[in-house]
Amino acid sequence: MRFLFKTDYDQDIRIAKHSGYYWSYGLLLLIVFAAPFFLEGYYIGQMTQLYIIAMAGVGLMLLAGYTGLVSLGHAAFFGIGAYTEAVLTSNGVPLPFMDEPVVFPFFLSMPLAAIFAALAGVAIGVPVLRLTGIYLAIATFAFALVIEEILSRWESVTNGYTGLLVESLYVGDLELTDGAPFYFLCLGLLIVVLLMSINLLRSPTGRAMMAIRDSEISAQSMGVNLARVKTTAFALSAGVTGLAGALFAHKLGFLSPESFTVFQSLELLVLVVVGGIGSLHGAIFGAIFVLALPQGLAILKDYLPTSIAETPGMEPFIFGLILVLVIIFEPYGIYGRWLKIKHYFQMFPVYKKATFKRQKAYMKSERLK
Amino acid sequence: MSIGCIYALVALGFVLIYKATEVVNFAQGELMMLGAFLAYTFISILGWNYWAGAAAAIFCMFFVGNFVDRIFLRPVLGQPQFSIVMVTIGFGYMARSAAGMVPGWGTETYAISTPFSSEGMSLVPESVGSLVISQTDLSVIIATIILCAVLYAFFTHTRLGVAMQASSQNQLAAYYMGIPVKAVFSMIWGISAAVAAAAGILLAPTTLIDTSMGFIGLKAFPAAVLGGFGSIPGAVVGGLIIGIIETLAGFYLPPGFKNVAAYVVLLVVLVVRPQGLFGQKTGKRV
Repeated sequence: MRFLFKTDYDQDIRIAKHSGYYWSYGLLLLIVFAAPFFLEGYYIGQMTQLYIIAMAGVGLMLLAGYTGLVSLGHAAFFGIGAYTEAVLTSNGVPLPFMDEPVVFPFFLSMPLAAIFAALAGVAIGVPVLRLTGIYLAIATFAFALVIEEILSRWESVTNGYTGLLVESLYVGDLELTDGAPFYFLCLGLLIVVLLMSINLLRSPTGRAMMAIRDSEISAQSMGVNLARVKTTAFALSAGVTGLAGALFAHKLGFLSPESFTVFQSLELLVLVVVGGIGSLHGAIFGAIFVLALPQGLAILKDYLPTSIAETPGMEPFIFGLILVLVIIFEPYGIYGRWLKIKHYFQMFPVYKKATFKRQKAYMKSERLK
Repeated sequence: MSIGCIYALVALGFVLIYKATEVVNFAQGELMMLGAFLAYTFISILGWNYWAGAAAAIFCMFFVGNFVDRIFLRPVLGQPQFSIVMVTIGFGYMARSAAGMVPGWGTETYAISTPFSSEGMSLVPESVGSLVISQTDLSVIIATIILCAVLYAFFTHTRLGVAMQASSQNQLAAYYMGIPVKAVFSMIWGISAAVAAAAGILLAPTTLIDTSMGFIGLKAFPAAVLGGFGSIPGAVVGGLIIGIIETLAGFYLPPGFKNVAAYVVLLVVLVVRPQGLFGQKTGKRV
């Protein structure tokens, strides 16, 4: 058992709560940085994908998990980021005052992709400021469907369903968007995004976000500017997701609107819920889950009788089943389970089950006058 | 017009569940799909009469709805709305793939033979003007009208209907008043699933049955929101308006607008008048 003596107020907001953090996260960093030197190309690609999805998950987590605004349309921001990146880095964009079309280098195009997505986030975030709960979810859902249609119809830019080829990026002779270099790029950006989120969440803005999640009315009474904080949350969340989208464009190499449908949005939401809503760890765990599930099922199929293994609908069925089971039995997702296990060993042998017991609640209408 | 009626029927299912339990059921379209498949089983595979098959499908779906509530939703009763919505999304996934796995249903497209012909018949004498409508469409419209009337009467004039409204407003208070809230919720899920099945059966001649017909459910959102969530007449009017807007957009606007017209309307409604056409305006008191 570890006892934390608090001797300083700064201890409450320190990133590392105690020295153990340096050891565990240091080890994790060491492993992920050493991984590409030991793994095969396929696994490096999978890990890269994991980081990209985790980044998108962090984006949604900031909005859904920390501000309490559930978005059913995050694939739209993902798609906007991806298409912006693809268009900016391909044949070039004609700009005023320039003779030739400008091809953006990646260190400009990626932030631009994030900014574009963030602007889209503000564009949807401001009009729906008054909405909460289910209405907000439906509004973002409609927004995502509209964006999806735009992506497929605006053929002069996005090439519609024919698809858009994404150029590879080079630094000197080194191809940046493949294998180990891309791995490090994604990992680096993920770490930057995570540190930014951690810092955001211990800043006044982050605390205001959490206050809004817990009770909008009390946050307002405490002087939180609801409109500003919500818009900030939307912009940040969309921006981070857009950045992930930009990386995803290079990962795919070929964009078509089918990659950014409503199902992608739902998958991101499932990621957040299964990983553990309201924690950045959850976004990472959720990304692992979303990526590992199809693989795990593919392995499982070898051991099942062919009549079951051959049915096409197996994967979404398991997906839905796990989602339902997690919500019913483990409301804080994989990270919640992790916390419980950790707590068990920390408190050994006096762990009490009731520590994490769910409070019995009665729903009250939001429609009451 | 008839597609609007279908939207109206699915939206009606949303509204019923929302009115009683304050949950938005994202699996409404899937319930509709299951209902249509059941009807297909009874009518085409087992060779029953159309009316008997349809009635049996609606009856079965009542129990399916009940069952869904018992198994999936009761454990999360009283939890934040968002988790309940996620449960319905998860159920939607499961229902869609489960229907694809059932032997005899599969992932192909099917049709039900109906007693209604798709030929046009004129409603008014030729001398007055031409208003031609197919029997299929007419059946949809008439069924919608009947269902709405019955449900409206149910909610306003029966004890159970009033109990449902009460339990939606405050679960705890409803308990105190002696309303068996959980049973009421199961009941409303059953009714809503039955309405969805009716919508599915009526839709079957127009769009044919396959596992992805549940996506019509997504189109019913704009209808429900436009009418104001929680208002039965609102859902019907909303459904009709969305159906008409969609058809008009298909005629007058470039391709692509037809698919999104409903959602653009939805966004505009949410921004301008979030409570919808017939909704009550509300505020929260602390």
